[in-house]
Amino acid sequence: MTRTLTHLERLEAEAIHIMREVVAEAVKPVMLYSVGKDSAVMLHLARKAFYPSPPPFPLLHVDTTWKFQEMYKLRDRMARESGMELLVYQNPEAQERGINPFDHGPLHTDMWKTEGLKQALDKYGFDAAFGGARRDEEKSRAKERIFSFRTASHGWDPKNQRPELWNLYNARKSKGESIRVFPISNWTELDIWQYIHLNDIPIVPLYFSAKRPTVERDGLLLMVDDDRFPLREGEVPVERSIRFRTLGCYPLTGAVESEATTLSEVIQEMLLTTTSERQGRIIDKDGGDASMEKKKQEGYF
Amino acid sequence: MTSPHENADAVYKTDALIAEDIDAYLETHQHKSLLRFITCGSVDDGKSTLIGRLLYDSKMIFEDQLEALQSDSKRVGTQGQDIDFALLVDGLAAEREQGITIDVAYRFFATEKRKFIVADCPGHEQYTRNMVTGASTADLAVILIDARKGVLVQTRRHSYLAKLIGIKNIVLAVNKMDLIGYSQATYEAIVADYMSFAASIGIDHFTAIPISGFKGDNITANSPNTPWYHGAPLIEHLETVEIDLVSDQAKPLRMPVQWVNRPNLDFRGFSGLIATGSVKPGDAIRVLPSGKTSTVSKIVTLDEELDEAVAGQSVTICFADEIDCSRGDVIAAADAPPEVSNQFESTIVWLDDDPLHVGRAYWLKLGTQLVSVTVQEPKYTVNVNTMEHMAAKTLELNAIGVAELATDKPIVFEPYNDSRSLGGFILIDKITNRTVGAGMLHFSLRRAQNVHWQPTDITREAHASLKNQKPRVLWFTGLSGSGKSTIANEVEKQLNLMNRHTFLLDGDNVRHGLNKDLGFTEADRIENIRRVGEVAKLMADAGLIVLTAFISPFRAERDMVRKMLPDGEFIEIFVDTPLEVAEARCERPVQKGTQWGAQEFYRH
Repeated sequence: MTRTLTHLERLEAEAIHIMREVVAEAVKPVMLYSVGKDSAVMLHLARKAFYPSPPPFPLLHVDTTWKFQEMYKLRDRMARESGMELLVYQNPEAQERGINPFDHGPLHTDMWKTEGLKQALDKYGFDAAFGGARRDEEKSRAKERIFSFRTASHGWDPKNQRPELWNLYNARKSKGESIRVFPISNWTELDIWQYIHLNDIPIVPLYFSAKRPTVERDGLLLMVDDDRFPLREGEVPVERSIRFRTLGCYPLTGAVESEATTLSEVIQEMLLTTTSERQGRIIDKDGGDASMEKKKQEGYF
Repeated sequence: MTSPHENADAVYKTDALIAEDIDAYLETHQHKSLLRFITCGSVDDGKSTLIGRLLYDSKMIFEDQLEALQSDSKRVGTQGQDIDFALLVDGLAAEREQGITIDVAYRFFATEKRKFIVADCPGHEQYTRNMVTGASTADLAVILIDARKGVLVQTRRHSYLAKLIGIKNIVLAVNKMDLIGYSQATYEAIVADYMSFAASIGIDHFTAIPISGFKGDNITANSPNTPWYHGAPLIEHLETVEIDLVSDQAKPLRMPVQWVNRPNLDFRGFSGLIATGSVKPGDAIRVLPSGKTSTVSKIVTLDEELDEAVAGQSVTICFADEIDCSRGDVIAAADAPPEVSNQFESTIVWLDDDPLHVGRAYWLKLGTQLVSVTVQEPKYTVNVNTMEHMAAKTLELNAIGVAELATDKPIVFEPYNDSRSLGGFILIDKITNRTVGAGMLHFSLRRAQNVHWQPTDITREAHASLKNQKPRVLWFTGLSGSGKSTIANEVEKQLNLMNRHTFLLDGDNVRHGLNKDLGFTEADRIENIRRVGEVAKLMADAGLIVLTAFISPFRAERDMVRKMLPDGEFIEIFVDTPLEVAEARCERPVQKGTQWGAQEFYRH
């Protein structure tokens, strides 16, 4: 008797297959964990892939020190529950120079995230890193392989990618090279939400609407998450019912006004919305049309 | 922008249901199946426009993206004031600048019944490898034809490649019908023309649809402009066509083992993605290549133990007995196991700028098996435009050829036509680690079954201990005229004085006897080294210290010999003589193309 697998069952099977290939072929894999919804799904898939063993690699959080407080809480809880080692890395140079999103603009992302990630991978000697990027997020990601090779200096060459046929992944690499692996490449935003819904996966409460202190700045609705937020002249935080479609550094992440307090309502809102999820992220817009492609070449995830 | 959303709504998603009862919507959405397909066409066939149309009609394009698209279209677009969908699909800066699609892009959309992953493949001949890549995971191919131009060379190429990769569902989308006034006669002439070509390459069934990606005709609904067309519109066809995984379930069980799951002494499971068939607790299985049998005791997942698992699922299987099973093995139905062999006929698509080196050892990855392989000289290559067979010595980038190959140990396989998972393979360069080729196994040459290893009682250790020495292969490499033979000869003399049992294999001497049938083509040079390696290995097995003197400029070939021997037994000695000195002391004229500088030695 035949049974037609649903699209989520097939996406799940594909992601699990990818993770097992990496564990079988890489020397020292790691999972990049950013605490967002995509990371939440990726972590859940990892637990499924290796059950009853715990996933045989640590979680790495490249911290910018500017994430939402609720993200740090969930991060520590999930590490405990999954039985995985959690490594937190903060770029010491960015720390020392006090790099922050308010005063340093694009340098903030560059130092904390891009440089921080490179330093962390080099420090621990990881040769394969799982990331939660999806092809539907952004144009250059639509063309990235599932196994994406980086030079010893972490550069990406979009014109020199390895062909990826069937489900045969070539994980062999030269000394110094590393691989970024994207097991949920083929998932869409809706798939992610639906999977969270079906599997009851814990996510940061910021995805649900609540009254939160906000200011409106440069067309974005920003949440005043802690007292490091420098208010400009005339700015007074206002309580609004808001939630986030995507989570990053709180000063760089725009909220949407919303009344969606349950997962179903969040999905409903997503389906009826007319803007893409990365729209609330300032980072994609630095440097024009091909900014993400450029960032990736420089070593951004 | 023509054809607003109203038309498409019924097909794609019901906003009303989402707004009124989101849980009911989610319930239907989670039962959707998945179809992966490719679109192929050339620059002007309107491929990107069609994909843009599918995304737009299914509202996968958001307002902010649409705004960006509108401004891009005005700036660099090719559609005047209209939206240029190609800009949405061509993601890399280099592609937008050049106005062409270089790499495969994956796009996603969903209708009420199915979710779709579209691999948008470039059409140029120089991107054949990209199209083959996109096609390898597809259930269906949409082949676009410009109705004004009819069946072109590229149509033939795309159809041939789709057929080669084993795509069973072919859609012939005759596009730009609006530009030929929706002429039925022109459409039918194109279809008839394509039908006769398709039959000649073994495509016996395809579905033709007259469309306009730009205007939206016969995409989501039957168009009033083509009342003479009675088939389904494109989307409806994509929603109902049978997915390969369904037919895969009817085949015998095959699961390549990826990873052995062993959290503690009480649990031992075998993890993998089921390639074909299905499995239940209690089923009799056989592990290949060992042939050992057992019974499935349970199928484990994080959520629950399964009563049954089918092709396409990633699972962990436990056996009733403790039998050997590890990564690379294949778990199969006990009464219908796949074949095991080490010599095959295959079709290979070459993917790398560096051409195939006949006789060189590459890695072959098939399922979860990774073995060393050598490829013979191709029997022929196929001209992808005319389907003519041509003689060839090697395979260049984008070439497709039929060749025999031999693996260094037997692998579990099935003909590609029966199973993509156990018949499709990639070739990996051992030095650069690049994926240089992809291929499809057709059948076993069956020689493997007739050649067995004969165990002998006197081991290589016994041979060596009698001579009171450790076997070694001292591999002298260097330029012609570098003095490697002279030095090797001197070293052997010294060893002889020390009562060591030695033998010197010299390049020129071997070519008078064992290798006198070999010339100086690249394939012959590699074969020359391979044979010398095998002879050196036999002599080392006999306990000797072997000295060899060969130019052997390629690391790949030196590594091939190194791997024939136990770890540490192969010692490479590079005689680093400056080029001018080597040339001066060379007794015979150096053959053209055989002289290598020190830099090349290091680089290769």
